[in-house]
Amino acid sequence: MPSTRDIRRRIKSVKNTAQITKAMQLVAAAKMKKAQDQAANGRHYAEMMNKILVALKESAEEGIHPHFTEGKGNKTLVLVIATDKGLCGALNTNLLKKLINTKIDGEVEYVTIGRKASQGLARLRKTLIADFPIKDPAKFSEIRSVGRFLQDKFLTGEYKTVLVAFNNFINTVTQVPSIEQILPVNPVTLGGKRGFDEQSKEIDASELPQYTFEPGAAVVFETVLPQYVNGTLYQMLLEARASEHSSRMVAMKNATDNAKQLLKDLTLEYNKVRQAAITNELLEITTAKMALE
Amino acid sequence: MPLKLEIVTPEARIFSDEVDSVVLPGVEGELGILPAHAPLVTTLQCGELRILKSGKTTDLAVGEGLVEVTGSHARILTDMAIDVESIDEKAVEEALERAKHSLESLKHGEQQEEVAAVMAIIQRSTAQLQVKRRRRTV
Repeated sequence: MPSTRDIRRRIKSVKNTAQITKAMQLVAAAKMKKAQDQAANGRHYAEMMNKILVALKESAEEGIHPHFTEGKGNKTLVLVIATDKGLCGALNTNLLKKLINTKIDGEVEYVTIGRKASQGLARLRKTLIADFPIKDPAKFSEIRSVGRFLQDKFLTGEYKTVLVAFNNFINTVTQVPSIEQILPVNPVTLGGKRGFDEQSKEIDASELPQYTFEPGAAVVFETVLPQYVNGTLYQMLLEARASEHSSRMVAMKNATDNAKQLLKDLTLEYNKVRQAAITNELLEITTAKMALE
Repeated sequence: MPLKLEIVTPEARIFSDEVDSVVLPGVEGELGILPAHAPLVTTLQCGELRILKSGKTTDLAVGEGLVEVTGSHARILTDMAIDVESIDEKAVEEALERAKHSLESLKHGEQQEEVAAVMAIIQRSTAQLQVKRRRRTV
């Protein structure tokens, strides 16, 4: 049986923890709101870009741009977008698990965003070729260097494909770890449902008007494709960030609830022990008195 | 028939309204878009974008991007779009100065990525300054 003092000490420490998790929950909730709004805002851009690309694809011949053809090499480059900080539930673990369970042929090399990704991959002894620290909230200009790096690597021809692993944001309680191909730009998923938004519909090319391209489809392609890659990467990052803050908010809420429950149990136990002690004392006094009589 | 103009950056939707016409900096020179324009897709240069709505003009500094025009819609996708009112001339000048400075120090190192990034900053800052100064002389 623990003494009342032990229990009191535990109650105090649990209370402190609850206070901290509660504060973290509030901070995460505020950040979550911002990140979710940002992700929702970015979807417009991604959607419009998709629409224009579908129209472009229709009017340009196949194989017109190196972004559309697989590299000659056998290697695969994977960009892993994870969080910088922990305490966000099983988000990073799930992502890494998904990555391990996905079979990728040939040699795989990794590029990371977020400290947890580089740490996790280092623990798994994977080949890490670059790590990009990106602040929170993320700015578009920061993703540009990542986009350029990936495209340069891809255009060397060493890599067959470039994939991105990130947590896709569905809603506050659901985030799905997903792996998507970004290069070569896939003409099937291109313009189709990217899965960022449940409401987004398949775009039918025949519904689009016949555009004139100035100065020409090929030149427009040349500028649009890198922008498309950057835009998509940015959107993926935003989704991952929204997932991070949502997941952290939920994890911290659970922690606070748990702490409260624990506090309740401990208080009950404390009272029981206290009462037992009092009863004991009374008993001793009465017994002593009876012995004297 | 009014023209519905939308300006979107990856970070937010900057502008969405019906306008009378819009003048934008295309790669092949300035481009005026009126309602019922033929469907067109072209790329955008750093520069000045003018929106005309019921006699009033709004100026924006835009970065590189993409324009899609259909008869009733004009959609602009760009990585920068800043209203001329909110351009802080001093801050931009400083940014430009810093960028030029770092470009000089970079040239020896030949880090292509960095150089390109700095060049982009220079282009964008210059566009912002142009728009801001033009407005004042008018």
